[in-house]
Amino acid sequence: MSDLNAQAVKQYGNNFLKEVEARVEGGEWVKMCMQCGVCSGSCPFGPYWAHPPQEIFMMIRAGKREEVLTSDSMWMCTSCYNCIVRCPRKLPITHIMHGLANYAHRLGLAPKNQPTRVFAKMFWDNIVKTGRVNELKLSLGLYFKDGIGPGIKTALAMKDIGLGMLKAKRLNPLELVKGHGCKDVKGIHAMLKKAQEIEAKRKGFAA
Amino acid sequence: MAKKQYAFYPGCSSQKGSSASNYLTSVQSMCKVLDIELNEIPDWNCCGASIGYAEGGELPRHVMNARNLALAEKELPGQQVVATCAACWLSARETKERLEHNQTLKNDANEALKEAGLQYEGKVEVRHMVEVLIEDFGYEALKKPVVKPLEGMKFAGYVGCQTNRPFGIHGESFENPVYLDHLIEAMGGEAVPYDQKVTCCGGALAFSEPEKSQKQIKDIVESAYDHGAEFIVTPCPLCQANVEIYQGEVNKRYGTKFNMPVLYYSQLMTLAYGGSAKEAGLDGQVIRAPKLEAFAAKK
Repeated sequence: MSDLNAQAVKQYGNNFLKEVEARVEGGEWVKMCMQCGVCSGSCPFGPYWAHPPQEIFMMIRAGKREEVLTSDSMWMCTSCYNCIVRCPRKLPITHIMHGLANYAHRLGLAPKNQPTRVFAKMFWDNIVKTGRVNELKLSLGLYFKDGIGPGIKTALAMKDIGLGMLKAKRLNPLELVKGHGCKDVKGIHAMLKKAQEIEAKRKGFAA
Repeated sequence: MAKKQYAFYPGCSSQKGSSASNYLTSVQSMCKVLDIELNEIPDWNCCGASIGYAEGGELPRHVMNARNLALAEKELPGQQVVATCAACWLSARETKERLEHNQTLKNDANEALKEAGLQYEGKVEVRHMVEVLIEDFGYEALKKPVVKPLEGMKFAGYVGCQTNRPFGIHGESFENPVYLDHLIEAMGGEAVPYDQKVTCCGGALAFSEPEKSQKQIKDIVESAYDHGAEFIVTPCPLCQANVEIYQGEVNKRYGTKFNMPVLYYSQLMTLAYGGSAKEAGLDGQVIRAPKLEAFAAKK
């Protein structure tokens, strides 16, 4: 068990709802769900959720901590916001799902090779580096996430797309060496470090 | 009409050699005709997009957006922030609203921003380019510079998600927004009715869950074909890229023969305003639009 996870278990015992309310973005809304299921029916990836949103809400209330946080359900969110605009109780469902995914990732409980989890981490690390997205490094990073062999296979399978983008001048091979970026990278890094410290303090991740 | 000025947030995908560079080309051409001056926010950064939440968390994500807004307030005072990318607009606007409604979060954001020598006051407005067109100009004013109406051409207006939900364009319905259809019609084109106007293209999950996302893309393109469209038009760079570049993959997976160009509203407007193929960024199509290239070449 990671230290963070052990500390959370110790602090909240089996009151998972309280834990979610305190530490998950939008968590204070979970108790408002009336189990109508409109969110689940509205989700473009609905069929792929092991536990659709309204079920996740009930599981949180029932204290099913392990099942919720280790689930890959929240990672199916495409951020289309259908659930938010249709929810009769106006729960910010998209944000709660993002919050749960972030929390599970943070505690080290999210499924390890869940592709969206891997990609999301890669994306954030990519943008933080220079302040802006490096699209080429991001795509290559994703292709080669499982090593050189599978990477070459994926890259070859995707080569038509890459060539098409290259021809349309919407992909620049020079991004590998010198990509776009912000001037004040130092300031951005200092600012993000501070933001992480404050957030850890507010959500009880730090002493 | 007097020149209109805005603090411009182009976003990562609009940069030279990036996936939506032709969007920016056409936006610049369109703005020239409409006498809109876009002043780029100096040293703007990435908004965190729709996938930044997982590693970034809450405050760091808001701080990234607050930095852009603070830069706009400081360097381009009095100018509203205008984004062309749907995700940039959504993220910036979400941050603005959250900080507005939560003083603690705003104080925290400012404490972090201090590290970059900045302060966010919360004064600046955040808007999408489409809002500027519809609200600051209006369809009638947008029609005026049309010299070559897109007569007889059929477009499927693909609104997608992030300019439509959760904020949306004022006065539009989430289930059937009509602003894009009106824009198409203002340019003299025909907006075909079809049932996948607000379907999600998979967003960032087109990369991590290609199979599931390509099912979405297939539904969108198929419906556009079924309803007689020749082109798809969208206001979102990720919608554009996903729906265009994966058509080949969809064809392999489903045995379809899709080959439908996917354009930005700003490309249509540039063409209707008499712009060249280059000014409209048509050379940036992965699926070329020969009919529009010929149209642009015609006097």
